[in-house]
Amino acid sequence: MCLSWLHIVILLPIAFTITIPFLYKYFNKYVHTGWFVLIVPILAFCGLLSYIPHIANGNTYMYELNWIPSLNINFTAYLDGLGLLFSLLITGIGALVVLYSIYYMKKDREALNNFYIYLLLFMGAMLGLVFSDNIFVLYTFWELTSISSFLLIAYWFERVSSRNSALKALLITVFGGLAMLAGVIMLAMMSGTYSIREMIGQVDIIQGEALFIPSMILILLGAFTKSAQFPFSIWLPDAMEAPTPVSAYLHSATMVKAGIFLVAKLTPIYGGDGVWFWLVTMIGLITLLYGSLRAVRQTDLKALLAYSTISQLGLIMSLLGIGSVALNQNVGESAALFQIAMFAAVFHLFNHSTFKGSLFMVVGIIDLETGTRDIRRLGGLISLMPISFTIAMISSLSMAGLPPFNGFLSKEMFFKGTLDIAQLDLFGLGTFGMIIPVIAWIASVFTFVYSLILIFKTFTGKLDRERLPREDVREAPFGMLIPPIILSTLVVVVFFFPNVLADYILKPILWAIFPSTTLDLDFQITAWHGFVPELYMTIGVVLLGVILYLTIKRWNTVLKVYPEKLTLNNLYDASMSGFESFSARFTNLYMTGSLRHYVIYILLFFILVLGGRILFSDQPLFSSANNADVTIYDIGIVIATIMVTLTVLLTNNRITAIIALGGVGYFVVMFFVIFRAPDLALTQMVVETVTTALFLLCFYHLPKLGKQIEKVSFKLTNFLIALGVGVMFTVLALMINGHRLFPSISSFFEDAYELAGAKNIVNAILVDFRGFDTMLEIAVLTIAGLGVFTLIRLQIKGK
Amino acid sequence: MKSNDVILHTVTKFSAVIILTFSIHLFIAGHHQPGGGFIGGLTTASGIVLLLLAFDIDTIKNNIRVNFINMAVIGVIIAVLTGMLGLIDGEAFLTQSYGDFNLPIFGDTELATAVLFDTGVALAVIGTAVSIIISISEDAN
Repeated sequence: MCLSWLHIVILLPIAFTITIPFLYKYFNKYVHTGWFVLIVPILAFCGLLSYIPHIANGNTYMYELNWIPSLNINFTAYLDGLGLLFSLLITGIGALVVLYSIYYMKKDREALNNFYIYLLLFMGAMLGLVFSDNIFVLYTFWELTSISSFLLIAYWFERVSSRNSALKALLITVFGGLAMLAGVIMLAMMSGTYSIREMIGQVDIIQGEALFIPSMILILLGAFTKSAQFPFSIWLPDAMEAPTPVSAYLHSATMVKAGIFLVAKLTPIYGGDGVWFWLVTMIGLITLLYGSLRAVRQTDLKALLAYSTISQLGLIMSLLGIGSVALNQNVGESAALFQIAMFAAVFHLFNHSTFKGSLFMVVGIIDLETGTRDIRRLGGLISLMPISFTIAMISSLSMAGLPPFNGFLSKEMFFKGTLDIAQLDLFGLGTFGMIIPVIAWIASVFTFVYSLILIFKTFTGKLDRERLPREDVREAPFGMLIPPIILSTLVVVVFFFPNVLADYILKPILWAIFPSTTLDLDFQITAWHGFVPELYMTIGVVLLGVILYLTIKRWNTVLKVYPEKLTLNNLYDASMSGFESFSARFTNLYMTGSLRHYVIYILLFFILVLGGRILFSDQPLFSSANNADVTIYDIGIVIATIMVTLTVLLTNNRITAIIALGGVGYFVVMFFVIFRAPDLALTQMVVETVTTALFLLCFYHLPKLGKQIEKVSFKLTNFLIALGVGVMFTVLALMINGHRLFPSISSFFEDAYELAGAKNIVNAILVDFRGFDTMLEIAVLTIAGLGVFTLIRLQIKGK
Repeated sequence: MKSNDVILHTVTKFSAVIILTFSIHLFIAGHHQPGGGFIGGLTTASGIVLLLLAFDIDTIKNNIRVNFINMAVIGVIIAVLTGMLGLIDGEAFLTQSYGDFNLPIFGDTELATAVLFDTGVALAVIGTAVSIIISISEDAN
């Protein structure tokens, strides 16, 4: 019930952001702020490493921390294999990216404080996301990653394109996030719990519910938008406006995999269902194909990598779909095959993070050293940047699926998965199951082609120095090369020792995804398993890929036949401008700028809603049973109040009106005194005093209260509305006293002395029972004060 | 504007002391008797407003060298931070606790974390009310 090490891992990056402004202000002159930031992911990474043996033994960890217990929302940190892999990626690649950014972001030119605050915020949010067991806490962190991604994409906010891209990413991911919230609420309603682990325990109940499919589709919308699946992928290429370390970190290695994480996390609940299988697999495959086809056409290296990321995310997504079949009861003996497909998904996820992370970093180096990342201007860099070339070569060939790199292993497993699923006779797969391996194969051919483009168009060919913006092109500093070297070393090491990784980190994930099935975890990853179909597929990919690469000029134009007007980006742009003009017109319709109109709206709404409700209710309006006796004091004060109110209305002098208005307030105070509410009386009296003083100060700005002759219709409207509000309030007050629908809550507060140690009930309510309300109220009050302050100050300064 | 309000000035000087003292009493009394952070804060604010009305704004600014906007923000931060005190104990956010202590001079005294929270409330109220009034009156000048 208290802070655990896991909670600290989540909160450490977020807490560390507080120190950044100071570190930046006082130390950045001497030391790059990134060196301080680097400590955070390294600490977290080392701490998480110590969990590996325990998780590999099948343990899971759960730490609970009360957050909003009255709403059943607890900050539960849960660590299983899935969470461990993701958190290791987040902190490990995080550390490398921070190291890389120290060289990429120049300390004297960039606003590093903003950059690192956003980056740490993201890191904390992402860690919170992968460790959360409470689904609403998970959702909160989910949206927080969207927000930090927005801030990072718009890091160079002075550029219009950065701002637009950030907005696009935010709109799309938050749209998905809100859909997901609806789905999550449905899920919580069906299972009656907010804990994902408990939900998994109730799979049988959930699967029979009517909301099963709607909640699944809504949650998938969230996952697909986040993981840039077709047709929501359009935000990811634009997100490349962000600095390259961000692209490497958020938009290839971690954040875009949150959707994949969610799908994997919820597979125990939804997996085995036909709709889930088809949606996840087919959207994944379409994305895989779409991304690879688009990537081939790109001339910007980062855009190429962005589409390649989309495509690879689709690959992992489709594997998750294929793997989920293992949970179906009718799948029989071949369940083990699909468990391996699920394994392939997480294996490829890891591999993708290594090779894509290093590729992004190399592209960042090229961009920084040559001043361009346009492949039409680049070429022949191999002699100038040999180390970068080696890294790019290793990573690209891994992406293309060639040995001896880790991408080969997972790609083969992917092919095997598609072949296995095509032979299954379930979910109507029998008729057009073959389509799955065919799409996978075609997409892989294009993946191969763009991987070749990436290496050869950049590093080989003729070096044309005149077309490069920078003259002194040379290899990057060594520190900048360390992160991609580490990643590309992993690419090779994992190929030769895949089973070490599998046994310690990847296989425990299967326990998390298939909690209630018996698992056969004895399988080994091998590079060579004889002349099997998947090997022929790879050979075919290589042959056709090489041919296509050599003839790229002949067929590349074919892909351009597709009209630009029908692209998704145009759809997005058109709908955005449509929404904007519609909302502008609609808003101008009622926002007239006249204060009188706004008051009329509010009061009319009040009269109509309350009056309507009273008209249509068949209960007796009044009951005098609870009314107290009217004393002579009451009558006296009422008469006095009415008289003062009439003074406000009838006077021609504004000062008289203001003071009379204060008088009304003081008579209300007297009511409170008579009804023995000292706290209310005190508050009302002070508030009345202060507001009267305030009113007198504003007096200067108000027009003279002369004998303006207004139209009859104007006065009549005022009169009718005033009368309506008055009548409504009187009726309401009388009705409330007559109908006690609920037992009075005051009996609870009578125990204030025992519960809060306070004899003053009112105050015990304010600071203790409803302390949260009070806290938010003073926050609102302060914000309002700040608003008034800034508005007036700006006006004084004449802006 | 040349003003000659000797009576107003003199009365204000006395009554401001009374109002401000009373506001402190209201603030402390809040636990068991009518009062509390909100009322205490507002009363302090009204005392300052009285000074403002009787004297001019520059006199007040020179004599009360407090940035009221900062005061409001600090108040909110105090309220949030005291809410977090409960978290250390493993309790929910904003859980208040209290206990009886035997202090040297005051004798047997009840101390409550709610008072800290209330301090935040009072500061936020004073800061906001006074800064709004000062802003508006500066605008009027």
